[in-house]
Amino acid sequence: MTRSILLHGLVLAALVALEPVLSEYHHGNLARIMVLAVYAVGYNMLFGYTGLLSLGHAMFFAAGMYGCALLVRLAEWGVGPAFAAGVVCALAAGVVVGFLALRTIGVGFMIVTLMFAEAAHLGILYYNDYTRGDEGFTIPQAIRTVAGLDLSDTTTRYFAALALFAAALIASAAVVQSRTGRVLVAIRENEDRVRMLGFDPFRYKLFALVFSATMAGAAGAAYAVLFGYAGASFAEVQYSILPLLWVLLGGPGTTLGPLLGTVLMFYLIDYASGTIMPGLAALVEAQTGIAAPGLASAWLLMVGLALVLLVLFAPRGLLGVVRARMVPWLP
Amino acid sequence: MTTDTDRRTLLKGAAAIGAVAAGAQLLPGTARYAQAQSSAPIKVGFQVHRTGIGAAYGRWYDRTTKAAASLINEAGGINGRPVEIVAEDDGTDPKRGAEVIEKFANLHECDVAFGTLFSHVVIGSAPRAGELKLPYFVVSEGHHVASGMLNRWTLQPGITDVRSQIQSMAPWISDNLGKKVTMVYPDFAFGHDHRKYFTEAIERLGGEVLEHIAIPPSETSFFKYLPKIPRETEVLYHVMVGPGVLTFVKEMGEYFGDSGPEIFGFIDSLEAVDIASPGLEFLEGSHFWEGYPRYAGEDQSEHDAFYRAAVGVDDNGASLSDPKDVSTYAHMFGCWETLHILKAGMEAADYRGPQDRQALIEAVEAMDVFPESRAHPQGSKLFNGRTHQAFGHQHISRVEGGRLVPVHRTSIFDTVYEDQTDYTKTSF
Repeated sequence: MTRSILLHGLVLAALVALEPVLSEYHHGNLARIMVLAVYAVGYNMLFGYTGLLSLGHAMFFAAGMYGCALLVRLAEWGVGPAFAAGVVCALAAGVVVGFLALRTIGVGFMIVTLMFAEAAHLGILYYNDYTRGDEGFTIPQAIRTVAGLDLSDTTTRYFAALALFAAALIASAAVVQSRTGRVLVAIRENEDRVRMLGFDPFRYKLFALVFSATMAGAAGAAYAVLFGYAGASFAEVQYSILPLLWVLLGGPGTTLGPLLGTVLMFYLIDYASGTIMPGLAALVEAQTGIAAPGLASAWLLMVGLALVLLVLFAPRGLLGVVRARMVPWLP
Repeated sequence: MTTDTDRRTLLKGAAAIGAVAAGAQLLPGTARYAQAQSSAPIKVGFQVHRTGIGAAYGRWYDRTTKAAASLINEAGGINGRPVEIVAEDDGTDPKRGAEVIEKFANLHECDVAFGTLFSHVVIGSAPRAGELKLPYFVVSEGHHVASGMLNRWTLQPGITDVRSQIQSMAPWISDNLGKKVTMVYPDFAFGHDHRKYFTEAIERLGGEVLEHIAIPPSETSFFKYLPKIPRETEVLYHVMVGPGVLTFVKEMGEYFGDSGPEIFGFIDSLEAVDIASPGLEFLEGSHFWEGYPRYAGEDQSEHDAFYRAAVGVDDNGASLSDPKDVSTYAHMFGCWETLHILKAGMEAADYRGPQDRQALIEAVEAMDVFPESRAHPQGSKLFNGRTHQAFGHQHISRVEGGRLVPVHRTSIFDTVYEDQTDYTKTSF
């Protein structure tokens, strides 16, 4: 336990220490990554620890985002109370969806969550008069303040994102190292045996889903107030797949895997789309005289290749491998 | 609806267009610039839809932008400095769009950001551009700029917006096709803009929309919606987009046969698609809005011929190197024109570096007229510095023999509406 506290403390201290030394570009990226990592931390609780693969988590991210942003836009709430309301919206959505979707297992759970998320996405489009549908809407910079702090200021935004990530990480670490966390892992490994031992798996799975949804909603609400935009694209299926990829890459069932996976995936996409593939296309054109614009846009191929290699050689994710081979106490 | 003040301003602008048009012919090719203090390139961060739903548009926006940059560089660049286009894929995704804006400002150290078409990417990116105080020139045709939703750092001087496009269609439709209209549109923001602005415009002219038929975005078959079209419909106005449009047209043809109403659509549905494609035969005789006519006609201007050759498009609107690669001709001119406006703005502001970004915005806000020229081949435009939005001619074409034949060009006045914001009164 002491080692775990020390490890998480060191990671958070490193994030604090990086703030003044990072270049402007990486500073901005890390703020964004920490918000998205909160989403991944929540997803990891459901998928990594409890073994439930949801394909509809974008609805919870969107519930937080719209629960917050619509109150700012339509009811002129301050961003602080609106953020809290967004989190509550996601929590409530988690309870409702959990009660219904957890009646299914395996592929059925994946399909039911996917369908709920699709309904949520179409609902955002349908109520265009309020949500501005697919276009979305902005939250003006002037009103993105809390207690006199300007959330559009880069330093304030960084520390706001860090505070949220720290809260999510600490909450996640506390849960997984508690009795509840051990039951969740046991459900992942053998749900029937857990039931036989006298636990009610439904209650524990509902807790994991609501925890996960609340984290996703907190990330969505934070994205809206820190970056000033809410849009329906965040409710699309790709935003349900992304946290799965982040967690798979970093290590499902590890507390720090979501952060690592989100960082690596962010920069993999960033460099593959902006540097590696366009550079490769330019090289081909220089060597052969044939323009290869398709190559410049083939960065998704590179991301896909990275994921195939991951599944082949590190199916437990990077930190999963580290735990299996070097640091068995890694939470 | 135009106020008297607006109209006086426009009339002055129109007069100015005539007065300076001849001189403007010289602008792109023969201007000479003062010796720059620095020969370092002016970096233009270009958000491009290389992947995602906007990829077809992105491919042609990319080609057009490169062609415009080459032309500007051949003529001496901007303030004696070459223009360097720094392109990054935004994935047609607003989150990635905002990240790319950050990359332009903080990694590539671009002087300005430029692009892109899809409205949600622009709306998702503009807040970050405003925070970074990075001039953001968009070519989106969305109404989001002029609506006042964005910020002082975001401008749309090179392409007209969807509101003005829609309202300017109403007079011609009312006079030539009919006054009883049924609208079929996708049930999201783009379709809702059409519903709102066209309905208002046709009602002002004494017409009416008999039925609004909203199609859910996930729909793949449209037969069940077609019986909702009232029998007395004189004009069917459709703005379907995405892969479903081909099915929509085919099913519409099977439903109506030879006895349907007049049909009017927006070419957005069929940009980068050959009008003579199998399945589109039913569109023969129907009409389309075009921002810029795809097919070069007999009355082709010298400016269009020059522009068309520069961007590598043949007289049918397809790539010179691949006749099957149809362009997004109705929209992509916006990239060409915007880069020329950027050049004019930087020269007016004597732009030297990022410290002059505010002066650049103020210089563009002070512009009011873009005369038709090689820099503005689509036609003359008026620019409203208060709303950061350009207004220009729109075109209506008829499908004849699998080609789009221009039949009408609107006046700029048909496209103008009252100001909804005044960015010049907001802080930087």
